[in-house]
Amino acid sequence: MAEYSAFSLLKNALTGNKDWKPAWRKPDPKASYDVIVIGGGGHGLSTAYYLAKEHGITNVAVLEKGWLGSGNVGRNTTAVRSNYLLPANTRFYEHSMKLWENLSHDLNYNVMFSQRGCLNLAHTPAQLDDFARRGNAMRHLGVDAELMTTAEIARLVPALDVSATARFPIVGGLMQRRAGTARHDAVAWGYARGADRRGVDIIENCEVTGFLRDGDRISGVSTSRGEIRARKVAVAVAGSTGQVMRLAGIDTMPIESHVLQAFVTESLKPFINTVLTFGMGHFYMSQSDKGGLVYGGDLDGYNSYAQRGSLPVVDEVMSEMLALFPGLARVRMLRSWGGVCDMSMDGSPIITIGPLPGMYLNCGWCYGGFKATPASGWCFAWTIAKDEPHDINAPFTLDRFHRGLVIDDKGQGATPRLH
Amino acid sequence: MLITCPYCGPRDVIEFTYQGDGNRERPQSASQDLDAWNAYVYDRLNPAGDHNEIWQHSGGCRAHLRVVRNTLTHEISSVAFARGDHKSVARHKTEGKS
Repeated sequence: MAEYSAFSLLKNALTGNKDWKPAWRKPDPKASYDVIVIGGGGHGLSTAYYLAKEHGITNVAVLEKGWLGSGNVGRNTTAVRSNYLLPANTRFYEHSMKLWENLSHDLNYNVMFSQRGCLNLAHTPAQLDDFARRGNAMRHLGVDAELMTTAEIARLVPALDVSATARFPIVGGLMQRRAGTARHDAVAWGYARGADRRGVDIIENCEVTGFLRDGDRISGVSTSRGEIRARKVAVAVAGSTGQVMRLAGIDTMPIESHVLQAFVTESLKPFINTVLTFGMGHFYMSQSDKGGLVYGGDLDGYNSYAQRGSLPVVDEVMSEMLALFPGLARVRMLRSWGGVCDMSMDGSPIITIGPLPGMYLNCGWCYGGFKATPASGWCFAWTIAKDEPHDINAPFTLDRFHRGLVIDDKGQGATPRLH
Repeated sequence: MLITCPYCGPRDVIEFTYQGDGNRERPQSASQDLDAWNAYVYDRLNPAGDHNEIWQHSGGCRAHLRVVRNTLTHEISSVAFARGDHKSVARHKTEGKS
């Protein structure tokens, strides 16, 4: 029987809620494991979960420098979508979407996945043509997409300024109905619990300080809690990728670390029931179940490892919000925060074997890593277990930049701050 | 964040345009060394700490600047003209005035 169910809720309620077990143990690290996953964020935890569930590899440690879920998995704006243009991205993110659709059942943990749709607003006829092209590319690969007229958008989002006198009048939009949001912390906790129950050791407050080698081969890590050996060492550390790879003697990566801010307002009554993106700048918004509007915009625009943002971007994001929703002018912002994003040179991720023997690398998520969490772990676990990539992540190699095989969905070139 | 432009003095960051990593070395135009070109375009040091980078004072004097900024604290330890020969240009100007 599932650990969390209506029956177990009732039973524990009647017995004073004394029998619940912690969602994950706090084990001390063992001397060695089959696989070490560096990074206890969403991707590291889902990797450990799928290693255990899909491949039967349970002698696994997840090493987390801070506490579980303290990085980007707890800092993102929770949008989940698969509305990409290029086939490699569409296939990967659609695989993720299918995992999301069954994730709460799979984990026996409510990740509050809500398929409320994601609507990209178009403000010029040319942009709408471009969206139609992307929508057709998605439908060609079996992903849902539909164009919406301004009248349909006005009915869906009544608060939106759809007038012809708006600063950037809305001429239509591209909707993916199956897109939506999920509760980000629950994703981390659900994967952690699922991995823990299958035997994975989740070791918090354990910073990797170096790599152990056996000849050329990576054979473990030294950490703030001692040396730990493993046949396979997997790196899933997002914004800290450059720092961790430098410990392994790799000085340059096709990645820059940039800070992305997010914001939440005070709680409002139901205001918007979809994820909305602005087409004349970089702005996106949804409403949480608590009622706060959760929104964000562009990167700060220069390399940063500071998990906080700068004021000019705050100003820009607010002005974009008001261009769409003049009625929000008096709503108060409750919080803002920043997360460090591993911006790759083509805006697409890296899930691969190597670059050193015994090492596996998962990075380059830019600011789109949350929606990828299930498929990222699923593909990375496959790659680690079988020592070869799955078809779905085979295009996401590290050497694709030097081989001319970039996957540049936005067509932006090697300018990470603009992806 | 304030950047102290050598011409204009301390100015708000919104006057400046970030032009990225200043550590990269562009191969000679005629170079056929593919690895060197690939490294120039794609590979980054991406340090957590002092970072050598290029900014343009696009909302001011439009000079290209080489800035050393700490990516953890945003503290700026040096700002200089990016062009090596810029000093001599500045000197000629001064001489012309006198």
